[in-house]
Amino acid sequence: MNAATLAGLSGAALIGLGLYGVLTHPHPLRKLLSFNVLGSGVFLMFGIIARKGAAAGLAADPVPQALVITGIVIAFSATALAVALLLRLFAVDRSATLRPDATIERNDRSDA
Amino acid sequence: MTIIEALDIGLAFLVLGVAGWTIAAHEAFTAVIGYVVYGLLLALVWVRLFALDVALTEAAIGSGVTGVLLISAAVRLRASEAEMMHERLGIAPRLVAAALCLVAAAALAAVVLDMPDPGATLAPQARQPLAELGLGNAITAVLIAYRAFDTMLEKVVLVLAVIGVWSLSTDANWGGLAGPTRLERTEGPLAFLAQLLPPLGIIVALHIVWVGANEPGGAFQGGALLSAMALIVLMARLREAPAIGRRWLRVALISGPVVFLAIGLLGFALAGGFLAYPLGFAKPVIVFIEVFMTLSVAATLPMLVIGPPDRRPS
Repeated sequence: MNAATLAGLSGAALIGLGLYGVLTHPHPLRKLLSFNVLGSGVFLMFGIIARKGAAAGLAADPVPQALVITGIVIAFSATALAVALLLRLFAVDRSATLRPDATIERNDRSDA
Repeated sequence: MTIIEALDIGLAFLVLGVAGWTIAAHEAFTAVIGYVVYGLLLALVWVRLFALDVALTEAAIGSGVTGVLLISAAVRLRASEAEMMHERLGIAPRLVAAALCLVAAAALAAVVLDMPDPGATLAPQARQPLAELGLGNAITAVLIAYRAFDTMLEKVVLVLAVIGVWSLSTDANWGGLAGPTRLERTEGPLAFLAQLLPPLGIIVALHIVWVGANEPGGAFQGGALLSAMALIVLMARLREAPAIGRRWLRVALISGPVVFLAIGLLGFALAGGFLAYPLGFAKPVIVFIEVFMTLSVAATLPMLVIGPPDRRPS
């Protein structure tokens, strides 16, 4: 087994791990972290596709690699926006819960 | 099994182990520390995939800048964690989720093992006009020439993300200094590092941008390194972040996409198409775009990390 296949298999496992985290963690920051693990697994899949496309004297196909570079930057900006939203939610609500009924309960309590 | 193969397998186990730790850790702060380590290890995997440009980007942005963002978020959200402990799923739904994720991962692994080798590739098409463009790095050529439209839109996304983050400030704080209210200036190792590193970091960053045309590197990697230097100075509180209304800051933020778009439109007049570069003159145009893209990235990333203003404008 060569390095590319190994990286591809790691990517598959990372997607599974990240997905598990997104599904099971109640805290949004942990979901975000898991989503980033999932995303890096997807990037690794691009990596193996690039490596298998080695041709014309290049060690890997540059097109998927360039897409991954763009992807990493976009993933970061989306993460930053999500963190800002989350911090704002915590500042307003004093809680980071995503349960839809949580805000209503809190409002009822402050009304009473 | 050669030593390289053994190292590859060890690296794969290390990456998966740290990723598992990140998912399983009890506290968010521990998980984030795991994620930073994970990002650096992943950069090594990218080196093994002959993707040095991706490795640089992953180390600088995927691990470094994202790490700073998530660490400060984990610290500020610490109080919210205990309250949410009771929302944790029971053992049965977690087992179901684990089984489903295992199926997804196994399906992807089967695809990986079944991939044609050699697979479909655009490498010859990417390679062929390099000499015409005057570039040596095929990835830079893909980013700034063949798929220039993607890269330009990506710069627009960065600006939109900054607008999104800033719009979360309250009305009263609009126009104030960016980021949370800071404590007094730190002394000791961090302040020392924040004075020692930036001169070196700036030179290395400019070098990475400049060689990006021919060697691994470029506007993203160099810009990320510059923003890391800005973040070190901000974290050591040697300087305050600028007020979000400052003209120079806004010009720096939009300079990348604006210059890119302007040159794209000029392509209609000079080279017969949107984002077409004039023949024989492509390299200087590409370097010109890269300089402004670097400036844009270097201004955007720190503003995204430190967040919306938390103080009234003075």
